[in-house]
Amino acid sequence: MPLIEAFRSALSAITANALRSGLTMLGIVIGVAAVIAMVAIGSGARNLVDQQIRSLGANLAVITPGNVTQGGARLGAGAASTLTDEDALAIKREIEGVTAAAPFVRGQAQVVQGAQNWSTGVFAIDEDWFVAREWSVAQGREFDPDEIRRGEIVVLLGQTVARNLFGDEDPVDKTVRVRNVPFRVIGVMAPKGQSAFGQDQDDAIFVPLDAGRRRVIGRNYAKDRSVGSVFVKFEREEDIAPGIQRIEALLRQRHRLGADQENDFATRNLTEIANTAAASANTLSWLLAAVAAVSLMVGGIGIMNIMLVSVTERTREIGLRLAVGARPRDILGQFLIEATTLATLGGAVGVAIGVGAAYAVANMAGWPSLVSPEAIAVAVLFSGLVGVFFGFYPARRAAALDPIEALRRE
Amino acid sequence: MALIEIRDLARAYELDSGRVVALDGVSLDIDEGDMVAVMGPSGSGKSTLMNLLGCLDRPTGGLYRLAGVPVETLDKDGLAALRNRRIGFVFQQFNLLPRTDALGNVELPMIYAGVDRRTRREKALRALARVGLSERAHHRPTQLSGGQQQRVAIARALVNDPSLLLADEPTGALDSRTALEILALFQELNREGVTLVLVTHDADVGRHARRVVRFRDGRIVEDRRQEPLDARVALEAMTRETAA
Repeated sequence: MPLIEAFRSALSAITANALRSGLTMLGIVIGVAAVIAMVAIGSGARNLVDQQIRSLGANLAVITPGNVTQGGARLGAGAASTLTDEDALAIKREIEGVTAAAPFVRGQAQVVQGAQNWSTGVFAIDEDWFVAREWSVAQGREFDPDEIRRGEIVVLLGQTVARNLFGDEDPVDKTVRVRNVPFRVIGVMAPKGQSAFGQDQDDAIFVPLDAGRRRVIGRNYAKDRSVGSVFVKFEREEDIAPGIQRIEALLRQRHRLGADQENDFATRNLTEIANTAAASANTLSWLLAAVAAVSLMVGGIGIMNIMLVSVTERTREIGLRLAVGARPRDILGQFLIEATTLATLGGAVGVAIGVGAAYAVANMAGWPSLVSPEAIAVAVLFSGLVGVFFGFYPARRAAALDPIEALRRE
Repeated sequence: MALIEIRDLARAYELDSGRVVALDGVSLDIDEGDMVAVMGPSGSGKSTLMNLLGCLDRPTGGLYRLAGVPVETLDKDGLAALRNRRIGFVFQQFNLLPRTDALGNVELPMIYAGVDRRTRREKALRALARVGLSERAHHRPTQLSGGQQQRVAIARALVNDPSLLLADEPTGALDSRTALEILALFQELNREGVTLVLVTHDADVGRHARRVVRFRDGRIVEDRRQEPLDARVALEAMTRETAA
């Protein structure tokens, strides 16, 4: 029996009992929808994490000053000014696997250019910032070491700031005033986009560490050379955890902390935080995979059940087909194709629902939706295989029927 | 040359209650172009013979040659191929596929013969024309009367140009007038050269055959030639009666 005839006969049998076929497909539909959604959500989450890491800079840890206790009241983390740019230098010099240690101070200031002004974040940084954050300039140039060392009053603008103050004009070599200090613009940073927390990272300006501490941000930073935080970049991901331990030991020693004293700083492994998010997305993926497996299994059994019913109902038809010249293998093929068509159809409906669900989830979570054609192909193929596997037993029973018995059956 | 040659053909069934001999060493020749009624009460062995003649079953003893082919040597696939090419079946209950139109039902044997779509369509239409149902080609079985359904079944039996048309109580489910119409069709086909074997317990059906073979207890008890009644004559008489 040619394949196309078997397929046509299968479609006619499936549509003759549309409701029954639909209900039978349900298990496969749910299973495949779960597979598609699983793959899409999994890769969406992974993509998001990748994006976060890329936006932050890979293999990054951050060190912040610890809390201080003043008269029994514990002030919040970062309140102390225990971290200095010498600490950062020491980390870079002494800890193995560290490629950059970028101390910085963050403040807020009004930036004025001609008639325009704009309130934005001010980052006082040194040259390691560009390495640690994997962030460079789009126009002009980065700070040179002398400018950092002398704390010259030059500035790099974030994209958003440049656009708001200069419009389409080229800001390089122009002057902006920050707290009435005239800073010369030497470049514009490359666009970075949103941070993981939805902040516009391009809405900021960057000045040499000392220029910022002395002229813009003030507080006590200038006095004791302290910094707000230090980004530490490691060469490899596996260096981070042991590196952080060594940094803690180094800083305790540098800060002359006794064995009974708490750390006066805090360390966080940013890459690990991102990876934890990825891991929980993975857990969700596995959960969906389990649902998919169980559902496909149940769907397969449903198909087997309905095919057995169908073989019983159509015993006379099978007898007739055998009488007019069908070989047992033609009957086997016919019912196998029917089961496979049923399962594949279920798979196709499942793909449609799964893609819809993936888009809905991606929309809610603000991820790019990632329904890969491979996942769709695999899901449809898999549902077809379920049809073949669970359709085989009923089909073999049909093929083994004795034509005389089958024709006599009511 | 005889189309069917049967020598000492036997079929026994092994049951829990013991061995049952349904056909007990039957020898029979049927010539090409003949129209034979196989008769007998139920349990006489006529259905067993019909299954063996139709290559649906294999004998437990003896020889059966259909158009020279030794049937007892064939396997399941070989039997299927022989049925497909050499034999057309007509059943009491028509056995049409309910969801398929008349044309599709007639095409069915050709699907298993591997005939291409266009040839299938042409031959099926020709077969339907032969049984007088050209206008009903796209009707489903439920939209046809019993007599029309049996005509579709006969068209299906004829479509592969078989050597033998095997009919099992073909008029059993029809009223007497429709039964006569079907018998008239069979006689017409027989005149055109189709070899027919009718299995029936109905004496009225038997009178329309050229030869009657009667069974009892698995053996042939009577085998005679006769001048068949012409079903068309009886039909015309019936029409006159209704008119009067």
